[in-house]
Amino acid sequence: MKRDLIDITDLSVREIDELIATAEDIIAYPEEYREKCRYKKLATLFYEPSTRTRLSFESAMYELGGQVLGFSEAQSSSAAKGESVADTARTVSCFADIIAMRHPKEGAPLVASTKASVPVINAGDGGHHHPTQTLTDLLTIKREKGRLGDLVVGCCGDLKFGRTVHSLIGAMSRYDNVRFTLISPEELRVPESVRSELLEREGISFRETTSLEEAMPELDILYMTRVQRERFFNEDDYVRLKDSYILTPEKLRTAKPDLAILHPLPRVNEISIAVDDDPRACYFRQVLNGKFIRMALILKLLEVE
Amino acid sequence: MIIGTIVDGIVIDHIPAGRGMDLYKDLGLDKLECEVAVITNAESGKYGRKDILKVNEVIDLNYDMLGYIDPHITVNIIRQGERMEKLHPHLPETITGVIRCKNPRCITSIEQELPHVFRLTDREHGVYRCIYCDTKSGKK
Repeated sequence: MKRDLIDITDLSVREIDELIATAEDIIAYPEEYREKCRYKKLATLFYEPSTRTRLSFESAMYELGGQVLGFSEAQSSSAAKGESVADTARTVSCFADIIAMRHPKEGAPLVASTKASVPVINAGDGGHHHPTQTLTDLLTIKREKGRLGDLVVGCCGDLKFGRTVHSLIGAMSRYDNVRFTLISPEELRVPESVRSELLEREGISFRETTSLEEAMPELDILYMTRVQRERFFNEDDYVRLKDSYILTPEKLRTAKPDLAILHPLPRVNEISIAVDDDPRACYFRQVLNGKFIRMALILKLLEVE
Repeated sequence: MIIGTIVDGIVIDHIPAGRGMDLYKDLGLDKLECEVAVITNAESGKYGRKDILKVNEVIDLNYDMLGYIDPHITVNIIRQGERMEKLHPHLPETITGVIRCKNPRCITSIEQELPHVFRLTDREHGVYRCIYCDTKSGKK
């Protein structure tokens, strides 16, 4: 039976660990993987623009010796003529061995997965799930810290609408002794559903604070996200708070020497460019890890040994 | 008030007060040709007030919908004037076509003929979420 990846919870902890192990093997022995997907085709169905994710998937498939077809905006597909996601998925199943889909509507990749005869990977569905970003984050944490348990994870910025943060909390909470420090303005705290149906119900250790400086010394991981102007009810609150959540070299003075700073990117101004040269800044290494974990995922879903 | 005794039919009891008319329509009872009685604000020892539906024919019911509306509802099946069965609908694991997702960002808002499916995510509080976008259902 084919496997899809729609939500990170579709994978068990063991499967995630296996994917990370495969990705690390790819990094160590890339030449052994160059022909693994020869004659296989990946369809990238991107109904909205993307830089990192689409290119990462395409690069991953090329590095496995496979080929890529697809579209990068809805206007250049039959969606412009009104074709349903279900019909597109069935059609593309005739041409490709695996599908990566990004769609602005939440749940579109799930619909595609029920109709496609080949594996479907959710490459982001609106503000909902983005499991390959979470896998990328996990691989990055594993490579930077050498483990996924026994960590204090700080999530900073927009924790209300930031889907990557919610997925990361869900995924990391399955490892032992992970504590979360949730750093955000009052207006952008984690939503009630995440608090009651994930953190509290699963008995996950967490605390909330509005101060990045106060939280900094205890963190092993700092996961930054952007505080967007349009999320605030009034301009005054935004102006008052926006600089609090911009990471600068000054704010890092009290941080641990082995802190790992992650960001799903794109960055606007929430991390000062002056931080980029700090060895603790991992966000561009994180982008590279995204390609390796997608290679591992493609191999798994195509059942390539 | 006197409502005729049912010989063969169904009595849907312990409906939360005020929900009887909605349920009458949602269950399609308004399309039946047999006698149907909607009793609202009946006295209830347990709940204070309740609504009751009486259908003068044994019909198939959507138990998922009844369980979703309130798992305390009871369904009595009457045959030849005797109560033959008393059924308690449970909170179903999934409900299909009973409620609609109201999230405009959900794929159900544009995809043709896609069934609206909700899954039970919190049994204690009776919380259902859309399987596509995880939006919480508004109680009917």
